[in-house]
Amino acid sequence: MKPSRGTTVTVSLLLVGCLLSSIVLLRHIDSLRSRAPLQDVLYISSPRLLKRLSLGYDGLLADIYWTRAVQYFGGKHYIHSSHYELLAPLLEITTALDPHLTVAYEFGANFLAPRPPNGAGMPDRAIALNEYGIRYNPDDWHLYNDLGFIYYTELKDYVHAADAFARGSKVPNAHPFLRIMAARMAEHGGEIEMARMMWTTAYQSTKDSSIQANALAHLRALRVDEDVTILEKLVSHYLESTGHLPSSFYDLQAAGLLRAIPADPLGHTYKLMPDGSIEVRNPDDLPFIEKGTPPGYVAPPPKFLPSDQSGPAEN
Amino acid sequence: MAAIEILGLEKTYSVGFWRKQPKCALRPLHLSVNDGEIFGFLGPNGAGKTTTLKLLMGLVFPTAGSARILGMEINDPRMKAQIGFLPEQPYFYDYLTAVELLEYYAQLSGVPPKERRPRVLEVLAQVGLPDAGGGQLRKFSKGMLQRVGIAQAILHDPKVLFFDEPMSGLDPMGRREVRDLMEQLKQKGKTVFFSTHILSDAESLCDRVAIIHRGELRGVGAVADLTSSVKGKVEIVWQGNYIPAALKALTSECHLTGDTVRALVLEGKEDILIDALRRERLRIISLTPVRTSLEEYFIRKVKPSEAAAGVRS
Amino acid sequence: MSPRILHIASNTFREAVRDRVLYNLIAFAVLISGAAVLVGQISIGIERLVVVNLGLTAVSLFGVLIAIFIGIGLVSKEIDKRTLYTVLSRPVQRWEFIVGKFFGLAGTLVVNTFFMAVGVFAALLFVTRHFQSADGWILVALYFIVLEFLIITALALLFSSFSSPLLSAVFAFSLFVIGSFSEDLRGFAAMTQGATRWLATGAAYLVPNLSSLNVITSVAHEQPVAAQLIVSNTLYALLYAGMAICGAVLIFERRNLK
Repeated sequence: MKPSRGTTVTVSLLLVGCLLSSIVLLRHIDSLRSRAPLQDVLYISSPRLLKRLSLGYDGLLADIYWTRAVQYFGGKHYIHSSHYELLAPLLEITTALDPHLTVAYEFGANFLAPRPPNGAGMPDRAIALNEYGIRYNPDDWHLYNDLGFIYYTELKDYVHAADAFARGSKVPNAHPFLRIMAARMAEHGGEIEMARMMWTTAYQSTKDSSIQANALAHLRALRVDEDVTILEKLVSHYLESTGHLPSSFYDLQAAGLLRAIPADPLGHTYKLMPDGSIEVRNPDDLPFIEKGTPPGYVAPPPKFLPSDQSGPAEN
Repeated sequence: MAAIEILGLEKTYSVGFWRKQPKCALRPLHLSVNDGEIFGFLGPNGAGKTTTLKLLMGLVFPTAGSARILGMEINDPRMKAQIGFLPEQPYFYDYLTAVELLEYYAQLSGVPPKERRPRVLEVLAQVGLPDAGGGQLRKFSKGMLQRVGIAQAILHDPKVLFFDEPMSGLDPMGRREVRDLMEQLKQKGKTVFFSTHILSDAESLCDRVAIIHRGELRGVGAVADLTSSVKGKVEIVWQGNYIPAALKALTSECHLTGDTVRALVLEGKEDILIDALRRERLRIISLTPVRTSLEEYFIRKVKPSEAAAGVRS
Repeated sequence: MSPRILHIASNTFREAVRDRVLYNLIAFAVLISGAAVLVGQISIGIERLVVVNLGLTAVSLFGVLIAIFIGIGLVSKEIDKRTLYTVLSRPVQRWEFIVGKFFGLAGTLVVNTFFMAVGVFAALLFVTRHFQSADGWILVALYFIVLEFLIITALALLFSSFSSPLLSAVFAFSLFVIGSFSEDLRGFAAMTQGATRWLATGAAYLVPNLSSLNVITSVAHEQPVAAQLIVSNTLYALLYAGMAICGAVLIFERRNLK
């Protein structure tokens, strides 16, 4: 009289089976699709056309494109590719649909501007994107900060960087740091302290985990550069005073020049080379460093440590 | 052997969206129908007749109780191959022709492929639609649809037939034909279980009837047995323009219309009235038994309080 | 496989084919292909692109509409009109009914797609004068569209087994739209944290993955489709449709028919 139990059990099992298999299969398909060709991700490449076609659902479409930008960048990053051709159009479309999506501008500054393999290598487009953002959000001090950031870090154009910071400092509620940067930039552009301040602000003023990880990696690199400079100075000091190179850090310690065996920000001790130079133990783990690499070293595309992606500020 | 055994079938619906109110469509029903008989299931609209049929067909699941048809359980496919069902006011696939529809049903009922077409045509002729096979069903009238419905029920030569209001939508000719058909089925040894609220049909056809009202069984038995418990009436019409007092006392009703008098007497008492009329030298125009027996019984079972007064108005 | 399923399927097919709504939609789709020819001529060099894009999109959209229109009526119409009573009083199991209905509608859609595809290819031939080998990938795109139809049909059937035709149409269409963005939904789920992440991920995997079945743009740009993707998509469509049908069967087995 009731529905047959045999059928119910069989069909329920079948249902669960299909569900689980379909989920597993879906993950597989996703991995296939992450190598998807150009056009699939963009569909329509003209921002203006897309805006007209969106029938007013701009916000939603912007979110969708933003999601794609993050996934695209994340996906490409994981595959260690050095071509980010789609990042610029994705960000441009996102911001054309929703000019107030400030995280997109931040993202552009951090990842569009730097040279491959760290980014797309399109600082001009990053600047254009940022200026577009400033036009629509003139009271958002972060955007001026990002602009100055691009000029400073990628183009080493300290004049324009100073100008950007200056403009930003005039915005109500701007971080007081901007005025300081404007001033210092004009005099001291290029020093490590400057860079450290930039990256610290970058880390603190964003909630996006990729940007934070990027900033942390840069801060670590700055520390390494500093450490290597100081250590090499100590070595030459030792050479001057004793006439020969130290054979290990213990020699330096014995000479009273070092208090403890020095380690890099990841906890690995530095290596003292026979010719007196200092090298890091695992250069692949420390992207962006400019000192402490063995001669002829080519940096691989950076991979961010999993521990950087979420979590509170370290430095 | 009982062709149909209903063992305490019960159905309660919970009505309402938030606070579910239980609504009892069928109180526990105990009934059995014998092999080869025509069984009438009577009741006013909304009494639970269709609910019972749907329970028997497995279209609705009972709250309690069970039933057996031909000794087998309700959803048993072997049992279903041997029954036929005509639902109330059937409706079919608009775009099929009658022949296509019946062939479809024949396929589903497991009629062997070679026998399908001849059987379909035979059955169409049987229900009085020999030429309508090629027309699309959406052009059929209500009466024609009803006949197609009967056709699909008898198509696979089932042992037990269930008809829900088989006469509805039919003109008097059609009703006669259906009645004849049901008689033929009985003669072939089939069992027919049908529901109706038209008592005259039941009275002429059925071996046994059951009366159901508001979900509850009120009476079961052979027609003759049931009606014998209630006296029928006889109508006598005579010529005259007044009603003698003595005669009036014999009758339960008397009407004077123009120069005829129409009177009703209880069955069995008509002879006394006839003699009285003869003595008065009044001319008798007609003598007609008024067969309200089953109706009386029905009314009595359905509205006990009114029937007890014994007066029919 | 019981023969009754086949009978129910062919009856469903026959009913669908005679329903005039079908023809209107097909005609419309073919019309769009024709329009694509005109649009393509506005800008030289992209005629092929426009014809393929517009034509295949039309086939996809109209097919989905057909699937939904007919699918929602599969069960609820039969219950409303009581055609179901005479079927279920025969030795037909309820699950056989559902499965038969599915195959009938699926068959209808395959035939539809065939006719609409002829329209697209005719338009393509008209603008490009001769077929290229890259046009073969259009067949793959069409195959994927048919897989999409299978999923939508199964969903329409699922909803039809317990809710009214209007609601079923709304649900099925919504799932179609959401499913078309399912890749983005999964991306979004990956960006969130905590409870939202669980909910979003759950939803993202339950929703039918129609985005990877849409290769219209790549095919329009004459790019090939990976064999692995073809196999995976086929399997996925079968699994998902199977899941929806199981759901429909479970619900329908228990349903009290009014």
